Amino acid sequence: MKRTLSVNERKLRRNAILHKTIGQSIIWLVLIVMYVPIMVLIAFSFTTATNIGTWTGFSFDLYKNLFQSEEIMVALGNTVLIALISSLLSTVLGTCGAIGAFYSKKRSREIIESVNQIPVVNAEIVIALSLTVMFVFFQSYILGGANVFSFWTLLVGHMILQVPFVYLSVKPKLQQMDPALYEAAMDLGCTQTQALWKATVPEIIPGVFSGLLLSITLSLDDFIVTAFTRGAGLLSGDKSIETLSTLVQAKIKKGPIPPEMRALTTIIFILVLVVAVLVTIYRNRSVKKTRKGREA
Amino acid sequence: MSSAKKSRGEKNFWRTLRRIVSFKRKYLSIPYFIFLILFVLIPIIIILVYAFTKTTDAGNLVFSFDSLVEFFSSTTKLNVLVVSLFIGIINTILCLVIGYPIAYLLADKKVNKNYVMVMLFVMPMWINFVLRTGATRDVLYMIGIKGGEHPYFATLIGLVYNYLPFTILPLYTTMIKLDRSQIEAARDLGCNPVQTFTHSILPQSVPGIVSAAEMVFMPTMSSYVISDTLSEGKLTLFGNSIANSFNNSLWNDGSFMAFIMLALIFITMFITNRFSKDSGREAGRLW
Amino acid sequence: MEEKATIISLKHVVKSFEDGVVVVDDFNLDVKEGEFITILGPSGCGKTTTLRMIAGFELPSSGEILLNGEDISLLPPYKRPVNTVFQHYALFPHLDVYDNVAFGLKLKKVPVEVTDKNGNKKIKMKHLSNKVIDERVLRALQIVDLDEMEDRDVSTLSGGQQQRVAIARAIVNEPKVLLLDEPLSALDHKMRKDMQVELKEMHKKLGITFFYVTHDQEEALTMSDRIVIMRRGEIQQVGTPEEIYNEPVNAFVADFIGESNIYNGTMERPDRVRFIGSVWKCPIEEGFQVNEKVDIVIRPEDVILLPENEGIANGVIESKIFKGVHYEYIVKVGKNEVLCRDTRNHEVGKAVSIRVEPDNLQLMHKDFTINQYADAIIDNNNNVIIGEDPFEVDVTQLLKGSTLDEQGYLIGPDGKKYDLKNAPVVAEVPLDKITLSDDLSSGQSNGTIISSVWIGDHWQYIVRTDDDEDFVANSPYTWNVHDLVSIAIAKEDIAIRLKKGIEEYVIG
Repeated sequence: MKRTLSVNERKLRRNAILHKTIGQSIIWLVLIVMYVPIMVLIAFSFTTATNIGTWTGFSFDLYKNLFQSEEIMVALGNTVLIALISSLLSTVLGTCGAIGAFYSKKRSREIIESVNQIPVVNAEIVIALSLTVMFVFFQSYILGGANVFSFWTLLVGHMILQVPFVYLSVKPKLQQMDPALYEAAMDLGCTQTQALWKATVPEIIPGVFSGLLLSITLSLDDFIVTAFTRGAGLLSGDKSIETLSTLVQAKIKKGPIPPEMRALTTIIFILVLVVAVLVTIYRNRSVKKTRKGREA
Repeated sequence: MSSAKKSRGEKNFWRTLRRIVSFKRKYLSIPYFIFLILFVLIPIIIILVYAFTKTTDAGNLVFSFDSLVEFFSSTTKLNVLVVSLFIGIINTILCLVIGYPIAYLLADKKVNKNYVMVMLFVMPMWINFVLRTGATRDVLYMIGIKGGEHPYFATLIGLVYNYLPFTILPLYTTMIKLDRSQIEAARDLGCNPVQTFTHSILPQSVPGIVSAAEMVFMPTMSSYVISDTLSEGKLTLFGNSIANSFNNSLWNDGSFMAFIMLALIFITMFITNRFSKDSGREAGRLW
Repeated sequence: MEEKATIISLKHVVKSFEDGVVVVDDFNLDVKEGEFITILGPSGCGKTTTLRMIAGFELPSSGEILLNGEDISLLPPYKRPVNTVFQHYALFPHLDVYDNVAFGLKLKKVPVEVTDKNGNKKIKMKHLSNKVIDERVLRALQIVDLDEMEDRDVSTLSGGQQQRVAIARAIVNEPKVLLLDEPLSALDHKMRKDMQVELKEMHKKLGITFFYVTHDQEEALTMSDRIVIMRRGEIQQVGTPEEIYNEPVNAFVADFIGESNIYNGTMERPDRVRFIGSVWKCPIEEGFQVNEKVDIVIRPEDVILLPENEGIANGVIESKIFKGVHYEYIVKVGKNEVLCRDTRNHEVGKAVSIRVEPDNLQLMHKDFTINQYADAIIDNNNNVIIGEDPFEVDVTQLLKGSTLDEQGYLIGPDGKKYDLKNAPVVAEVPLDKITLSDDLSSGQSNGTIISSVWIGDHWQYIVRTDDDEDFVANSPYTWNVHDLVSIAIAKEDIAIRLKKGIEEYVIG
């Protein structure tokens, strides 16, 4: 159906378009500025020059070098291993903690929550140092000087960063859950444990999942706690565990980002992009689903 | 029918036993709580002990205010604290000034309907932050801003670049929940765009601002990798000082600075808590 | 009607929570097999707690719950042959309709005779086969009229449909008793009406016992075989809907079930009662003494409107509301209001007369005639402490001819001095002497209104203070339940008497 627009309508429409254009321009401008460093790194991952800014011809050599660099591969492996192990353990521990605290008396729940809040607000450096001091204390007064720093101390360090966030992402799901679901499951023949699995867990799964994702992110990104609590182990063997963060930090202290790392950044970026697209698709689908549900 | 024959006393006994022995969901939090005590509470207690003690020649810990005196009489350390607070405040303000309009625009259905845009802003968070920091330094170097020559400027760029996603995300979550009908009501009641903003949008987004500021301010002061890398060691933030003390085995002094850090954290937490509570009450009053 | 066996029997069931609040107090009830029994009461009366104790979600503090003669009060929910329909359905959102209904069946194990390798027969506990589950789920869905909906996501169902799934999920397990916890409260009015009829039909079809909990009197009257009325943890009355409606045992029940006029009256003779300024003929019932104060309940439809001077009491029509089939009038008789129904149209302001058949006057013993506090104490300022709040009181009433000296000690007529500090007393306050007010600073104590009953020309409130002391007060002003009010009692209106002799307190 076609009809001519009145002057007012035209004015309104023009304003809306203007509003949209200006808004989007601002968003894109900031976005571009934000991505400059990464994009530069990606661009120069296709040339072998030591410094970015000089172009010595297009090549995939850096990618080849990357996979041949044992140092980087070990660090990468360590990073992934520690991220997976620590986040899985943290998710189980934090989820159990959240469920348990939710069904505890108000007083004990409040105590757990205030302790839980400490690592959330605490500075990473203080977390790292307090843990280290405790480990040293333990090492010199209880183990009689035997070295305690190892994969296990690193694991504890990462878990301390992660568990409070798992707790915090599971808790709202528990609050949103209809408390009668657990009772309904028992009413229909579940024992307490079965009811927990069949009624409570399916309800809080989204929270558990986002807790896991957050844990992985925190672990992958961590530098300070890793630098302080690590010891020998994992793929590094007898040497101190090197993760991507500690390796890059050691390198950039002395000079520019090593060329192979530019290739690595590109690969990470593509992986992150894929994950981001998948998350968006999943999100849009679930939004659509609930919308459909409401209409019916 | 056997149970019907049980005596009253016996029944009460079973009743009590069932209350005590049966599996309870709350028991699930026990391992978690032990973990928190072992690795959160005890380490902090140890730090506090070290902060107010000194090691005698015999190797014993005795109560002392030496670290306190040492800290407050050292101009270098006080200077570092002041500079850190300053950098922290500037960075928080910059992040909010850039992040707030971006978050508002992203949440405005008339400008952006796509969640992908939000993801694009958050994505850098998932690339290793040391790598990101190194890249920023190298690019700044490439365009002629050398960290050694402009330590404050370079550090601030690095900080804003790093913390912007952390600002946008909480702000966006609050903005998306803004009560649009309240904004329209404000307009309907005769507010011009500026008044609409100050009377409706800004008060409603206070919780987001508070949590964004919380996400930025404290970590800026304590995380030293960014300042170390971008200023090429020219700028020392409070986090560096703490780490350096420990690396030089000055445990008592380091612990005392960690204690200062903890105190600052609790003060900000106290202020922000009051802030968000007040704004919550205010929002409640509207209805 | 043949006498059915008792299926559930609650004996002296008490439930008190950890903070000492007693929510169910000495609950005794026998439910017959196949009966539709409803527990009716205002919110917080303990009805849901009672249901939860039968379901096994709460353990009774004492008492027994017998199912077919066996005590089940200690069994966990999954071992009880009862199923519940929850108030907000509590369907599992992650399962579709079929899986929700099949939930209980999939967990069930039944003894099956199997032959092992050696040819020995053994009884083994086995899960139901998929075929059996399938049949039973589809049959249950048929009963609740949801055939062909089994693949639907529960979130895509309407409230009424979700309700049906919840019922199907419960009845598919063939429970001995179906517990329904305000199942219709989340539905809209029209839907609720339809579901009432359907539930009643389902009850007939299934033949199992329905134990229904609601605060909606209409629901209770429409569906139940028997109704149990609860108030503050105690059973007020048990009876068929007709019994409860026509013969409420007290003003609370009368007020709660249907609309009613409630008045204060006095017995003039065994067959005459005086109220609203007239003497009325009433049925002779045992247990009422001449001059006893009573409550009188009259249902609005039992009031007959007559031309002036032809009835027992004259009044003026104060208001009228058209209700479809009839008009609802408020007739002012003196200062009392009489609610009545009539199909004829009268003008507001018309002088009329009213009459009630003696059989339609329901006489009841008064619930409260005076507030009595048996645990009150005198403090050192000559206040009486009721609960935890001090009320000024005239202590000279304890001893004839006594006075107070400057220090506040009681001086007897013979010059003896008494120190009444910490003396335990019984305090009594008439209902009319308690002043309630919105101004929270105007009284000696504050409390929340937990019950209100309109008695002819005034409200009777029960106000509960923080320290769990109840004040019953008459007031002409309107408050709602849960409103916070102040309680003021004038010094001269508190009557006290010492628990011990006054000699105990002589100090000189």
